[in-house]
Amino acid sequence: MLSVIRQVTLLLVTLCFAVSAQATAIPLKPDSELHAMAQQLIDAGYKEKQALTEALVEIDDPKTLEFSQVLMNGDLYYRKDDRVVVIKADDAVTAFFTGDEITLENKRDIKKIAVNNSLRTILRAGIARMQIFSSNADIRKAAAVNLLKSADDIDSGTLKEALKNETDDDVKEVLLLVEGIRQLEAEDAETRLQGVEALSGSLYPDVRGALANYVRAAEADGRTEEVKAANVALEKIEAYLRANSVAENLYFGLALGAVLLLAAIGLAITFGVMGVINMAHGEMIMLGAYTTYVVQQLMPDHIGMSLVVAIPAAFLVSGLVGVAIERGVIRHLYGRPLETLLATFGISLVLQQAVRSVFSPLNREVATPDWMAGTFMINPALELTFNRLYIIIFSLIVLALLALVLKRTLFGLQMRAVTMNRPMASSMGIRTGWVDALTFGLGSGIAGIAGVALSQLTNVGPNMGQAYIIDSFMVVVFGGVGNLWGTLVGAMSLGVVNKLLEPWAGAVVAKILVLIFIILFIQKRPRGLFALKGRAADMG
Amino acid sequence: MTSNISNNIKGGPLTRLLMNDAAGRRLVLILMAVSVLVPLSNLFMPEGSLLHVSTYTMTLLGKYLCYALLAIAVDLIWGYCGILSLGHGAFFALGGYAMGMYLMRQIGDRGVYANPDLPDFMVFLNWTELPWYWLGFDQFWFAMIMVLAVPGLLAFVFGALAFRSRVTGVYLSIITQALTYALLLAFFRNDMGFGGNNGLTDFKDILGFDLQADSTRAALFFASGIALVGGYLISRFIVTSKLGRVLIAIRDSESRARFLGYRVEWYKLFVFVVSSMLAGVAGALYVPQVGIINPGEFAPINSIEIIIWVAVGGRGTLYGAVIGAVLVNYAKTYFTGAFAELWLFMLGGLFVLTTLYLPKGVVGLWAQIKEKYLSSGGSAGSSGGSSTGGNPSDSPAPGTEKAEGKA
Repeated sequence: MLSVIRQVTLLLVTLCFAVSAQATAIPLKPDSELHAMAQQLIDAGYKEKQALTEALVEIDDPKTLEFSQVLMNGDLYYRKDDRVVVIKADDAVTAFFTGDEITLENKRDIKKIAVNNSLRTILRAGIARMQIFSSNADIRKAAAVNLLKSADDIDSGTLKEALKNETDDDVKEVLLLVEGIRQLEAEDAETRLQGVEALSGSLYPDVRGALANYVRAAEADGRTEEVKAANVALEKIEAYLRANSVAENLYFGLALGAVLLLAAIGLAITFGVMGVINMAHGEMIMLGAYTTYVVQQLMPDHIGMSLVVAIPAAFLVSGLVGVAIERGVIRHLYGRPLETLLATFGISLVLQQAVRSVFSPLNREVATPDWMAGTFMINPALELTFNRLYIIIFSLIVLALLALVLKRTLFGLQMRAVTMNRPMASSMGIRTGWVDALTFGLGSGIAGIAGVALSQLTNVGPNMGQAYIIDSFMVVVFGGVGNLWGTLVGAMSLGVVNKLLEPWAGAVVAKILVLIFIILFIQKRPRGLFALKGRAADMG
Repeated sequence: MTSNISNNIKGGPLTRLLMNDAAGRRLVLILMAVSVLVPLSNLFMPEGSLLHVSTYTMTLLGKYLCYALLAIAVDLIWGYCGILSLGHGAFFALGGYAMGMYLMRQIGDRGVYANPDLPDFMVFLNWTELPWYWLGFDQFWFAMIMVLAVPGLLAFVFGALAFRSRVTGVYLSIITQALTYALLLAFFRNDMGFGGNNGLTDFKDILGFDLQADSTRAALFFASGIALVGGYLISRFIVTSKLGRVLIAIRDSESRARFLGYRVEWYKLFVFVVSSMLAGVAGALYVPQVGIINPGEFAPINSIEIIIWVAVGGRGTLYGAVIGAVLVNYAKTYFTGAFAELWLFMLGGLFVLTTLYLPKGVVGLWAQIKEKYLSSGGSAGSSGGSSTGGNPSDSPAPGTEKAEGKA
């Protein structure tokens, strides 16, 4: 019994060894078809290579695709003394079949397996075919999109087969476009028109290029009917593209509006509700952004988390600084708006210089977490970035929370009471001094949150607040002082108008036009879009 | 304009103008003395002598004089009419650009590209001909008219729009800031034809005199001094006139002045335009002395700095603005040289402290101290000598402050 066990163990051990030996042997595969082909290629002249390459792309091996690509790009080398095939990328050299890193003593130790143009054509077609039949839909789609550039790389038989086998609708659509491009070069007019029909309205730039070329060729040959058809198709594409760019600018505009909203919403409280001109508001935003930076420095391994932590942290930092400013300076200046403006401007200079002294005048790098990066594709010509979407959503959440605080909490009630009638509120037992301080703190804290969001979009530097202060005032004044709804409408409309003007007038002129528009608008409605009515309006 | 007044310095109207203005008399005398003595000592005292003023110092002082004129322009509207313009740097810069364009044309074919028809930056941008708005700037007289006309026209259009629709207070401040910001962005553009980012520089001479020569610098200094005196007298004339009384009434209660039947907007518009022209002259004298004008002059922070000069010196006194501008700028020169890091702390602190503790500026400091000692009988606040000695709650209510500004 014992011996049986021992024998079995022995067997198992040997098996294990055998398996592991084979495991290391697999990548080497000295007898694989591909390996043999590589050895043949080393010795072959260009004439023989032609036939060899045609055979190469037919080899059924998982590494054939990579081999062909490397070969086509001219990165395939072999070592002279032992004929090991290697890839040379930049300065790193790796063995193709084993994947080992190889250090070379002399650059001349390896020699390129050269290819010429006709070989490249064969390889390109082969690669396209391999990719188009790949089991991965993404690779198939990428290959098909590549084929749009050079539809001749694939022969009609393969294309038909690929179309027949294709199950994924996206890939199929692109393949049909490839077919359409090929049809443009057909002999008979009927097929050509079919091709035009197939391409009509597609947003791929290559399709547009192919159609434009086709129009040129057709014009040269005087085929008026086809020119007309193709122009109709092109017109349709152009219309789609125009709609696209409008949609894109609209999106950018909403994102800019969201940034403006975040920057202005705190100001809407301090300026709009309290009537305090806080020129240091931009610096509150800056402090928030720097808080994000510090939080990220404290938790370098959790960049994704750090942003979530930074939001309350920035709210606290900016909010506390805001309370300190209110208690220290602004408290003494109520009812003297111009003096408040000057004093807070002084504070903004001090804060800027403080940040400059502590963190250096250079911009700080704030990392973007992975979940913020990336884009989503609406159609082939329109990709929208995620971070803008998040900012839009975030700004709306902040606005909603703020509205909730103002309308539904005791603090909000007291705050509104103090704004409406200070002596009355005071005689009802509300500590107006504290309400002032907290209100100012709330506005500043929200500016800090805006800083967290802005750190993801722009550079974080001591001057970043300055860039937003004028815009924020514009938004608040435009929307109407003391009105959160007005701030939302003001921010979004200014953002969208700015971005819609940009392609037409350029970024700077668009900005100037918006400024001029606001200057003129204030002439017409000095109290903004949604002006307060009644008694409160007189106090502004 | 300026020479006219300096010729008549002993004439009848002027004595009347300065009769009840002891501080103004002293200021005018000091300024006259400085603008004569400094150039003389620069030109005729041997170098190394104790009495010699180096060209560097003279240019620096000349710069201060231009700033002082700018401060007077701001004090005229802010101190006497309650218009807090956060965009007055724009008028200063426009005047500077008008002068810069003239100086640019004087370079002629001595530029790097030696093009007789176009300034260097236009050659660089492949422009083939001079834009229409550069025409005429070969002529000194035309440029001088533009120094007054461009800021004046902008102020007229902007003011007419703003005052007629009764944009007041902080709203006005914010849109003036937007105005200068818009101009900043515009002048940064190369297509504007004003040299873009680099602005206008490399000037050679003015009216045929070499700008680098000491004698030219001395003449420019003299001109700045005279312009400042002229600016002071004009402003003084305005604020002591009947019109000035209305301006002060508007400052203290705009609606009341309106209800009394005054066309408030026209008074404001007039003084705003005059102020913008003074700022333009200051800019025009500033540019040949510093040798460059670029869009940075439009930066909103520059405009706000002017406000602090006036606030530090003492709002609503005119001579206080001059003192404030010189003091703050001297401090700036000193601190940016000695402790560059500290300057912004200093400037920021100045803003806060003057608004909190010095509502009447340094010229009001003496009165403030006296008042404090008188009210407390000299027993309580014995440490009231420093500027921060006052208790914040003691700072006068807005009403008192304004009432005293009238005197």
